[in-house]
Amino acid sequence: MKSVKVYGPGCKRCATTEKMVRDAAAKLGIDVAIEKVTDAKSIAMAGVMSTPGIAVDGKLVHAGGLPDQARLEQWLGA
Amino acid sequence: MTTETHEFVPNHETPNWVWYASILSAAVLGWLAYGQLVPFSQWVTGLFPVARDSHTGEAIAFFAYDVPKVLLLLTGIVFVTGVLRSWFSPEKTRAILAGKREILGYPLAALLGVLTPFCSCSSVPLFIGFVSAGVPLGVTFSFLIAGPMVGPVGLGLLYGLVGWQIATIYLVFGFSIATVAGYVMGKMGLERYLQDWVRELNAGPVGDLPQIEVTFVDRLKIGVEQVREIVGKVWVWVLIGIGIGALIHGYVPEAMMLKIMGGDAWWSVPAAVVVGVPMYTNAAGVIPIVEALLGKGAALGTTLAFMMSVIALSLPEMIILKQVLTLRLIAIFIAVVSAGILATGYLFNFLL
Repeated sequence: MKSVKVYGPGCKRCATTEKMVRDAAAKLGIDVAIEKVTDAKSIAMAGVMSTPGIAVDGKLVHAGGLPDQARLEQWLGA
Repeated sequence: MTTETHEFVPNHETPNWVWYASILSAAVLGWLAYGQLVPFSQWVTGLFPVARDSHTGEAIAFFAYDVPKVLLLLTGIVFVTGVLRSWFSPEKTRAILAGKREILGYPLAALLGVLTPFCSCSSVPLFIGFVSAGVPLGVTFSFLIAGPMVGPVGLGLLYGLVGWQIATIYLVFGFSIATVAGYVMGKMGLERYLQDWVRELNAGPVGDLPQIEVTFVDRLKIGVEQVREIVGKVWVWVLIGIGIGALIHGYVPEAMMLKIMGGDAWWSVPAAVVVGVPMYTNAAGVIPIVEALLGKGAALGTTLAFMMSVIALSLPEMIILKQVLTLRLIAIFIAVVSAGILATGYLFNFLL
């Protein structure tokens, strides 16, 4: 079980990112627990300055803009 | 890499030359279309059973000319900006600005504010990220004001719709306001007016992102992605803005415009700011209105003040910043920036 955090205050891109993570995990057959972090303070504390940000198992892998599909699968699969 | 993982990355199979060729042909097509704007608008206007020089005919002609023009310009500007900004990131900008207390920090922050990609939805984490990593508050404000104030979309459209002279004036004064307003706020020592929890975050954690190699084609993709996202979002505002511009162009008598937005009425500059701040649109939506106002004889200073306050001071942005700034600091922020806008407006009404 991987834990994935999606950081974003709730803009459209953040919702899209969450869906991309979900789809990628389903495609790879990986069990993930996705948590959406929308609170500005928690986002900042995680070191994310441009949203959406993604952390996999506590490690920040992406910040700013939609993630690249191939890279997303790499992060989840690692 | 196994064949199995290869299946997952269809994007990377598009050869580079396809990218170059598509973008080059899109640019050429856009260029050719841009040359046909006048015949196109005449053709569209001719479809309506109204005289060309009637109020309605003028309004239709304005609309039919401006819509394709603004959309073409917008697409080009957003693409080029997206590609250029892919060399910058908030993380790099923060590293450059951290601890910059000397006076050069302010214009540098304003410049980086224009070049760094960030969307207003992440202005709160960005603000905290800057302040907690030791970027001085005033420098952070210069950064935050310059971003929207002298954004490439506004400047590019101003250049295309109104002319290079006014675009240059706007660039110089918008940039100066961002620099000076940040400097003034920096000197005021406003740290105590941050929300408590922000002040307590000293030297927040710096996100450690893995380095990813970005190819030139990746940058082109970022540009295309930006076009899809931004043009897909703002086209409604563009149509509304051009619609209002068309009504002004077709129906508002020049004498009335001179009375309301002429240079002689001393109250016209502050009135333009008061009307502009609550107006929520973006640069792409407001420039066609500016074009119509100037065409009808509105004073340059008044129009500049209107445009700047619409673009640089917006209520939704203030509501977002309320999470990190106290009301008092927001009021100071609005007051300082408005003072700069008012000064610019009066200066040009006085000079011209």
